[in-house]
Amino acid sequence: MNIHEYQAKQLFLHYAIPVPDGKQATTPEAAEQVAKELGGDGWVVKAQVHAGGRGKVGGVKLAKNLNEVIEFSRGMLGKRLVTKQTGAEGLPINSLLIEKTYPIKRELYLSILVDRSSERIIFIASAAGGMDIETVAHETPEQIISVPVHPATGLQGYQCRKVAYALGLKGLQIKALGKIMQGLYDLFLAKDASQIEINPLIETDSGELIALDAKINFDDNAVEAHPDIRAMKDAEQEDEKENKAQQFGLNYITLEGNIGCMVNGAGLAMATMDLVKLKGGQPANFLDVGGGTSVEKVCEAFKLILSDHSVKAVLVNIFGGIVQCDIIAAGILAAVEQVHVTVPVVVRLEGTNAEQGRALLSNTGLNLYAADDLAHAAEQVVALALKGTRAEATA
Amino acid sequence: MSILIDKDTKVICQGFTGKQGSFHSQQALDYGTQLVGGVTPERGGETHLGLPVFNTVQDAVNATGATASVIYVPPFYAADAILEAVDAGIQLIVCITEGIPILQMLRVKAAMAGTGTLLIGPNCPGIITPGACKIGIMPANIHLPGSIGIVSRSGTLTYESVHQTTAQGLGQSTCVGIGGDPIHGMNFVDVLSRFQADPQTKGIVMVGEIGGGEEEEAAEYIKAHVSKPVVAYIAGLTAPSGKRMGHAGAIVTGGKGTAEGKVAALKAAGIEVVSSPTDIGVAMKGCL
Repeated sequence: MNIHEYQAKQLFLHYAIPVPDGKQATTPEAAEQVAKELGGDGWVVKAQVHAGGRGKVGGVKLAKNLNEVIEFSRGMLGKRLVTKQTGAEGLPINSLLIEKTYPIKRELYLSILVDRSSERIIFIASAAGGMDIETVAHETPEQIISVPVHPATGLQGYQCRKVAYALGLKGLQIKALGKIMQGLYDLFLAKDASQIEINPLIETDSGELIALDAKINFDDNAVEAHPDIRAMKDAEQEDEKENKAQQFGLNYITLEGNIGCMVNGAGLAMATMDLVKLKGGQPANFLDVGGGTSVEKVCEAFKLILSDHSVKAVLVNIFGGIVQCDIIAAGILAAVEQVHVTVPVVVRLEGTNAEQGRALLSNTGLNLYAADDLAHAAEQVVALALKGTRAEATA
Repeated sequence: MSILIDKDTKVICQGFTGKQGSFHSQQALDYGTQLVGGVTPERGGETHLGLPVFNTVQDAVNATGATASVIYVPPFYAADAILEAVDAGIQLIVCITEGIPILQMLRVKAAMAGTGTLLIGPNCPGIITPGACKIGIMPANIHLPGSIGIVSRSGTLTYESVHQTTAQGLGQSTCVGIGGDPIHGMNFVDVLSRFQADPQTKGIVMVGEIGGGEEEEAAEYIKAHVSKPVVAYIAGLTAPSGKRMGHAGAIVTGGKGTAEGKVAALKAAGIEVVSSPTDIGVAMKGCL
C-alpha cells in the first residue's frame, strides 16, 4: 500500500526525522493561507499523487510570491498528472503540499527496505542523491553503500557512522544522521513498511539534514494490523477496477490488451498471459480468482473483466485442485446471464470435476467454447479476439 | 526412494480443528499419509477425524513420534506456529498459510538459523511423494508415482507440471511447492540438490517466476552440480514492472527479477527452457 508524501512526512515527524516546514492544502485559498503562515519569500507547491517523476512534468513548482502560490495551485488542483510512473491517464491531483524552501548545499539518498536475498532489513545510501537511484546503481555502483541490520541486534551506532562517513558528513551531522536512521528503522518495524525512501535527503547551507521528499510503501500482508495506516489509503490514486477486485478478494491488474483472462492461481495466471502473447494476442488483465472460489466470486470476476471495453474475447483457464470446475462453470453461466456477455468466451477446465464443468457449459446456445487443451484454448481465443476487432473495424 | 518424505513419515497438523486443517487432513488421510494427530491449543485430549488433538507441538511429538508438521493457521499466527514446531524438534515444517507479513518471516528465518529444521513455504501447496505421502493442498488424483522431481514457486503451475508428466506416463518422484513469498524456507537449490542425490528421480522440472534471484542461483547450481536433465519454465514474461502479480514475491523492481533475465541465465547454464507452459511434459520426456 502507498501513501502520499504529506502523510509520509507526518509519520517522519513522529519519529523525529526532520522534514521541511509545510502543510497540505486542497484549495488555492488554503494553499495561500499555508504559505502566509509559513512566512518567508519562497515556497514549493507539490502535487500529491502516488507516483514519482513529478518534477519533470510540472507537478512540483517553486513560487516566488503568494500570487504564484495561488496560480500554481489552480493549475494543478483538479487536473491529472501524467508522469513516467503513471499510465497514460495519469493520477488525479486532489491535494497539494506547500512547503518552505531551503538553501541546498548537497543532495543525498537514503532508503530502507527488506532485501530478499540476504533476508535482512538493509539501508541503502548514496552521496549521489536527487537522481534515480537505479541509474546510480547501474552506472556508478561505487557511489552506493548498503548496510544490513541483524534482527536480533537492531541498528547499531557503528552502522550509522559507516553510512555517515561514506556520505561525507562531519561533526554534529554524524549524530543527526544516526537519529534519522534510527527513526527510519523504528518506523519501518512499527508500521510494517516494505520500503521507505528519502530522495533527496538534503544538506542545507548551514549543515542541517532535512528529508526533502518522503516515500513509504507498506507490506500489504500487514496493513490489516495497522488501522492508522489503512486510514491513509487514497482509493482515487489506484485503478478503479483493481480496487473493486480487492473488495471481492480477487487479484486483478489492468493491462493494455484485448483478451480478458480469468485464471486460478497467480503463477498459472501469469503463464496464461504469457501463452496468449506467445500465440500472438495481448492480455487485457491479470486476474487470479484464488483458492476458495464461489459462484458469486466467479460472477464478479467476469463482470470486472467485461467492464473493460477493449476486451474482445475472454479466456478462462482453471486447474481445479481445491477449486471445483463445476462451480467455476456455474459461475460463468450466472455471469453470462447477468451481464449479457456478447464477446466469445473460451473455457479450459482441468482437474477436480472438470467433466461435470464441461458438461454444464456445452450445448447452452451461448457464445462459449469449451477447450480441453490449454495451447488450443489460447490459439482459439487469439483468433476470436482478432475476428472481433475486425468486425468492429468494418461496422 | 523419494526426497524429504515417504510412506513412513509421521505428520501432525497445526491448526488441525479449523476449517482448512480439517478438510485437508481428511484428504491426506484418504491418500494414506501417516497423519498421526494435530495441535489446537486448549483442545488437547479431544479426538478429531479419529486422531488425538494436543495442546502443544511438543506434546504431539512426545506422544506420536511425528517428524513433520503441516501448518494451516491464519497469517498472523503462523510465525508463532513455525517457531513452536522448530522448538519441538520437528524436522520438516510445511507452512501452507498465505499472507504472512514479511517482517515476521524475516525474524522466523533468523531464529531458525542453525536449528537444522527444514521449512517449506509459506504460501505454498506443500509437498507430495505420489502413492506414499501427501502434505498440503494439492489435488491427489493428478499424481502418478514415477521418476520426475518437480519444484515450483507456484501452486497451480506445479499442478500443471504434474498433469503433463502424468499424461506422458513419466510420473513424479516428489513434488515440492516452495512458495510465492519473498522470504521463504527451502529454495530451488535446496530441493535440486536432493533430487540430484535421489536415485528414483531421473529428470527434474523447475518452474520459476518473476521476482528475486533464486532462479539465477539455481542456474549456476545446476551447471556445476546437477547431471540429471532439467526442464525449466519461467512465468511472467508479460508482467509489467512494479506490479505485484498475486504472489508477494512476484514483482519486478528496478529492472531486477525479470523473466527474460531468468530465462537467459538458465539457457546460459545449458538448461532446456520451454516458452510455453503447455510444453513442459513433452520436453521432459524428450530429455530422457
